[in-house]
Amino acid sequence: MTELTQEQGKVQLISWRNPAVRSVVYQIVSVVLVGFAAYTIFQNTVANLTKRGIASGFSFLNIESGFAISEVMPVPMLEPGFVSFISSIFLGLIAAFVLHKWVTRKGKTVGGDYRLVLLTIFFIFVVPAITYLLTNHIFVTETYSEASSYGLGLVTGVFNTIKMSILGCILATIIGFFVGIARLSSNWLVAKLAETYVEIIRNIPVLLQIFFWYFAVIRTLPMVRESINFFDVFIINNRGIYLPDPTPLPGFHPFLIALFVACVGVYFRLRHVKAVQDLTGRQLPVLFPSIAILIVFPGLVWMGLGAPVELSYPKLTGFNFTGGLNPSPEYAAMLMGLSIYHGSQIAEIVRSGIQAVSTGQKEAARALGLRGGFVMRLVVIPQAMRVIIPPLTSQYLGVTKNSSLGVAIGFPELVSVGGTILNQSGQAIEIIGITMAVYLAASLMISVFMNWYNEKMKLVER
Amino acid sequence: MSGEIIGAVPPLEAGPPKMNIGVVGWIRMNLFNTWYNSILTVLSLSLIYYTVTSLLNWGVRLARFTGVKPEDCQGIDGACWPVISDNWAFFMVGTYPYELRWRPLMALLVVVALIMLAVWPRIRRMRLYQLAWLVSPIVIFIIIKGSDTFGLSQVDTRHWGGVMLTVILSVVGIVFAFPIGLMLALGRRSRMPVINILCVGYIEMIRGVPLITVLFMSSIMLPLFFPEGFNLDKVLRAQIGIIMFAAAYQAEVVRGGLQGVDRGQEEAAMALGLSYWQSMVLIVLPQALKIVIPTMVSSAISLLKDTSLVVIIGLFDLLGIANLVLANPIWLGKMFETYVFVAAIYWVMCFSMSRYARRLEIRFSAGDR
Repeated sequence: MTELTQEQGKVQLISWRNPAVRSVVYQIVSVVLVGFAAYTIFQNTVANLTKRGIASGFSFLNIESGFAISEVMPVPMLEPGFVSFISSIFLGLIAAFVLHKWVTRKGKTVGGDYRLVLLTIFFIFVVPAITYLLTNHIFVTETYSEASSYGLGLVTGVFNTIKMSILGCILATIIGFFVGIARLSSNWLVAKLAETYVEIIRNIPVLLQIFFWYFAVIRTLPMVRESINFFDVFIINNRGIYLPDPTPLPGFHPFLIALFVACVGVYFRLRHVKAVQDLTGRQLPVLFPSIAILIVFPGLVWMGLGAPVELSYPKLTGFNFTGGLNPSPEYAAMLMGLSIYHGSQIAEIVRSGIQAVSTGQKEAARALGLRGGFVMRLVVIPQAMRVIIPPLTSQYLGVTKNSSLGVAIGFPELVSVGGTILNQSGQAIEIIGITMAVYLAASLMISVFMNWYNEKMKLVER
Repeated sequence: MSGEIIGAVPPLEAGPPKMNIGVVGWIRMNLFNTWYNSILTVLSLSLIYYTVTSLLNWGVRLARFTGVKPEDCQGIDGACWPVISDNWAFFMVGTYPYELRWRPLMALLVVVALIMLAVWPRIRRMRLYQLAWLVSPIVIFIIIKGSDTFGLSQVDTRHWGGVMLTVILSVVGIVFAFPIGLMLALGRRSRMPVINILCVGYIEMIRGVPLITVLFMSSIMLPLFFPEGFNLDKVLRAQIGIIMFAAAYQAEVVRGGLQGVDRGQEEAAMALGLSYWQSMVLIVLPQALKIVIPTMVSSAISLLKDTSLVVIIGLFDLLGIANLVLANPIWLGKMFETYVFVAAIYWVMCFSMSRYARRLEIRFSAGDR
């Protein structure tokens, strides 16, 4: 823009005809307008708040709440030792990264030498573990009660939101892939059924669906005395669903660690297999060794520790069932509403993703002699995933955001708990600010992760 | 392909086997072509049979259609449809005063008449007709809200509800969100850093939070932002929240369209000496908006569904009326009927719009090739 004006020469530099000047003027005007609006809003808000006698600031978070939350869980509250733990994780990761770069520069891979693998494991896992043992207090868990602070109430709400979103995303993905593939079935009836499901569900507001599941289905289930009872293992009544609850016994943590180690082992084994195939074209057996690693090693630990998990079954005591795993009616209704609604959306994404892969790809794969399953797994799915992932991300964001609808049926997630605190304390701006910040952070995290995954999938493209 | 094969037998004059054509052939090809497809077909058929028969039994065979009193429904296993017929006006216009209900009806007639007139292309191109569309929102607002100058008594927005409120919230939401979203989209592509940051910040912030927090903000925080004594109507506050929310999504839709227009178009417009606004209004936007009309219809559908969230901040839109009816002790326990009815209304509105969007998509893609 500026070169143009200099070439013409005749145009005055400070003139309305100069785009650069105009751009500066526009920007100054918009800054002034926004600033003025913000200032007015600030002034009015301060005046309104002082009139109502509400002190602004976040000190209310320490006040005792005095109300109960129906679903609580032990929530981690950070201790000073957390900082050193986190920094040790970061240092370990950086060290492993540097090692990786250094080895790659020499033309080797970390996976090629078991000493390097051990060193990486040492950096990533052992260093934080040692720090953990040394500091021994990185967080304490607290469980919310009426005597707890508003702050703890909000944190509990966040954890309920997370609990809701994660399971909702998983179930919606399962439903979505199942129905999406059914829509492309060669069986006309199955395809039409799947289409009917999608067209009905996605044209009805999700809040209405949640109300339906909650008020019309779960609330009208039989009373406690007439519960639907499957062999005392699954029990359904209008207070929710009762499932057997695995209770960890003392030896449980070593078992978890063994399971984790087995997973890491399988991961490295898969990498090794892929490296061998890329190098020589030889296909090593994958499925059975993986299953063997996953089952045998943790299984041995399990037996060695003497089955460190006990299933506790729900029992009828007095007027209610106790024991067992009991998702609340609200949680169950939210989960059904969200996963069924978003499942229908994901089904459409999956269908269009698979259809986006051109038929030529499938025909070429078949011409190369690949069999049915391999055509799907090696040719169609990897290409479809590239189309599927971006809209899938926004669906996951949608599940997380729609979990806020729990406020309508009293599921104590962030917005719901925040609303109660807002009504009690009147700290509207702070509460809404905190809520928005948490959701923004969650959205940001999910989209960063999915962008990273998307990049990874894209690299395959030439 | 006409290689002469010596000694080739001339093909028999026989069609394909009877089992492979016609209805039987179609069923064999599409429903029973493999053993697992046969199992799936049988399973689906039994599922369909079970669902359809139980729905028909509940909704028609065992249901009660007549009667206005709840007692009429005693002792039946099926649906109790009087809950709908008795509350019909309630579902449509909420607690709008009984003797003034002809006014929403008239507003509806105005809209229907305008839509019907659009069938004739001659009328569609008339200036007067286009003017009527432009004026119609004001006329409808006056009819529904009332105005002393026209001798229509005022109806407080507290009494707005039902389908009327749902439609008002979504239509006004879309109409006002569109220009704001357009500006935001242009601002997002702007090369002026300040304007760019402001627009990107707004869009990403609104899109990152749930609608319910935006509604809370507009209904609880907004009154704090204005000087003392400045009273904002409750419906208006919800409407502002919806517009703010929809604008951010519209901005992204429009941006998608702008990205679909070749950069050369804008450069050519500039080379012709058009100013930024001229090139946008005359060259780029007509092409960009045409691409995204189907997407806009789908975002209108989402908005229509999302307006149901105003229930949470205490408005009585269609869903809110459903809850209100169910809270009435007379109609206690008629949840299935009420929710199915409300769902059907939402479904008809959203499904017809989505079909319309698909038709537009096909028509536009046909125009391009």
